[in-house]
Amino acid sequence: MALDRWIALALLGVCLAYGYAAWFTMDGSMPPIMRRLAVWPSSFPKVLSIVGIVLCLIVISGIEKAETKEPDIDYRRLHEYKLGQALLLLGLMVAYALLLRPAGFLLSTMGFLIGGSVILGERRWIIMVIVAAIATVGIWYLVQEVLGIFLRPLPYALGN
Amino acid sequence: MLEGILLGLSTALSFQNILMVIGGCLIGTFIGMLPGLGPMSIIAIMIPVAITIGDPATALILLAGVYYGAIFGGSTSSILLNAPGVAGTVATSFDGYPMARQGKAGKALTIAAIASFAGGTIGAILLMIFAPMLSSVALLFHSAEYFALMVVGLSAIAAFAGTGQVSKALLMTVLGLIMATVGETAQFNAPRFTMGLMDLQSGFGFITLAMAMFALPEALYLVLNPARGAQGKSGEIKDLRITRHEAKKITPVIGRQSLQGFFIGVLPGAGATIASFLGYAVERNIAKADEQKEFGNGSVKGLAAPETANNAACTGSFVPLLTLGIPGSGTTAILLGALIALNVTPGPRLMVDDPAIFWSVIISMYIGNLVLLILNLPLIPYIAKVLAVPRNFLIPFILFFTLMGAYIGQNNSTELLILVGFGICATILKFADYPLAPLLIGFILGTMLEDNFTRSMNLYDGASFVWERPMTLGLLIIAVGLVLLPSYRARRARLRQQGIADGD
Repeated sequence: MALDRWIALALLGVCLAYGYAAWFTMDGSMPPIMRRLAVWPSSFPKVLSIVGIVLCLIVISGIEKAETKEPDIDYRRLHEYKLGQALLLLGLMVAYALLLRPAGFLLSTMGFLIGGSVILGERRWIIMVIVAAIATVGIWYLVQEVLGIFLRPLPYALGN
Repeated sequence: MLEGILLGLSTALSFQNILMVIGGCLIGTFIGMLPGLGPMSIIAIMIPVAITIGDPATALILLAGVYYGAIFGGSTSSILLNAPGVAGTVATSFDGYPMARQGKAGKALTIAAIASFAGGTIGAILLMIFAPMLSSVALLFHSAEYFALMVVGLSAIAAFAGTGQVSKALLMTVLGLIMATVGETAQFNAPRFTMGLMDLQSGFGFITLAMAMFALPEALYLVLNPARGAQGKSGEIKDLRITRHEAKKITPVIGRQSLQGFFIGVLPGAGATIASFLGYAVERNIAKADEQKEFGNGSVKGLAAPETANNAACTGSFVPLLTLGIPGSGTTAILLGALIALNVTPGPRLMVDDPAIFWSVIISMYIGNLVLLILNLPLIPYIAKVLAVPRNFLIPFILFFTLMGAYIGQNNSTELLILVGFGICATILKFADYPLAPLLIGFILGTMLEDNFTRSMNLYDGASFVWERPMTLGLLIIAVGLVLLPSYRARRARLRQQGIADGD
């Protein structure tokens, strides 16, 4: 079975779980006054769950014939692409998300920009550090000082 | 009216006000280029500055300049990085980004600048003529018609899908609508589908989802297949000028979309987003068969349509604000707040009580559009140089701006983890050739759709509003037609091909 139909199967599971919540669990805790209304919080999700299930079944059954075209990236030959770099960058993004607050904006952003370039094969260290430092400080100044959106610059342990 | 125009001209053409328009357009363009900071946030940030100015006309002129600049800036990041920071410029990336990848970034930005200028200017002329009478037309639209209008908008996504892709596109739309139901709603004031997680209480962030659907998969594709990004990134910005043939192609598009975008913008709640998507869908559907294939692959028409429509709609959205005091969009709602803070009450009396404010804002729209064109055209080669940055530096920066876009809006690190999770899912969907734009459109329109559906159901005590209101019924029939038409066309084409193969 092709990947698009596998995805439709997974989405069918999502729609079934969503539909189960809408049809059987949501209305239990509803206050009596709301029961008099023509539309309940679960009404719209109920409609969506049915439409979603029908559409998933249409895609799984393959009724609609799609044009075959050359994909930009063939997922069957994923190992032939630079998969390692992509996974490392995703890991770096997760690390950035976890470290942004405790390590502060300046340190974590410089680390992210330098780390990203290193993963992609860059080795000109001085240029990397200069570019990352200028960009980090510039963006921090613009966001925090000009626009007034708070971004903790230094690590949490060092205070504001 | 002539008196009003002259009064507006004398106010808007003062040295201080011209400076404000230029400053507003510049600030809007540069900040609007940062994904995550749309016109709404930029105007919100500029309100204290506007209030300090004191003069309501000058303050509103500054904010209007920022508004236009931000919309154009958002288009720039959509075209160059496929990172639309504003919902209204999502449709711009459908053809703008493929053009940039083909080495036509300069041309794409030129078309965007010209289309924005034309849309904004024609919109301003229409605003001047129709403002008083359109306010009464907008009042005819009830929640039932808004609901039906949004169903039409969602059905028009059939236009985004290629042959045989309609069910996939619709499935993505429904997934977007499902995601929009997560969190608290204004109508019911109760959390839904949050699984007890506090972070989901306010639902998924639009910017997070937009970044996850467009910017992140694109950046991952560039990492996976470096050859993909190599094309058109020589650093030389070729083809800045548009040819006579291209100008001929986009002229009728600009004309049509200026009108359509403006009238959609007038409807409160519709705004630039629906205008740009509908504009794209309409132009794709009425294009010739060979031109239809270009849509999504760098069509000049596909770029000019949403760019014209969103600017015309921005102008149109001032109609309910200035004449009724009803904000048509989130951005105009913030402008309304600013006006009230400046002791001005927009409404039917504004034109009579404060004609200088009313007309100077309209005149400043012409000036703003002209300033944007004059400022942006010479800057395009420099803006497009972004693409000449080496891949090893550019990709970490795209990823960083993606993360910052999601973070600035919510100031919440969990949003970054959600972004990465959705980004991975979106990349897998892209592998399987699922269209991602319908998901985002469904998400954006989902809340509005449900609110209007709920209101209509409550007003009519059931679904009778569908057949009791002819305009609603008419719009819903159009929606069904839009869904069925591509399947019918595909079936007919298949039968015709079979006929040729059989030697008929």
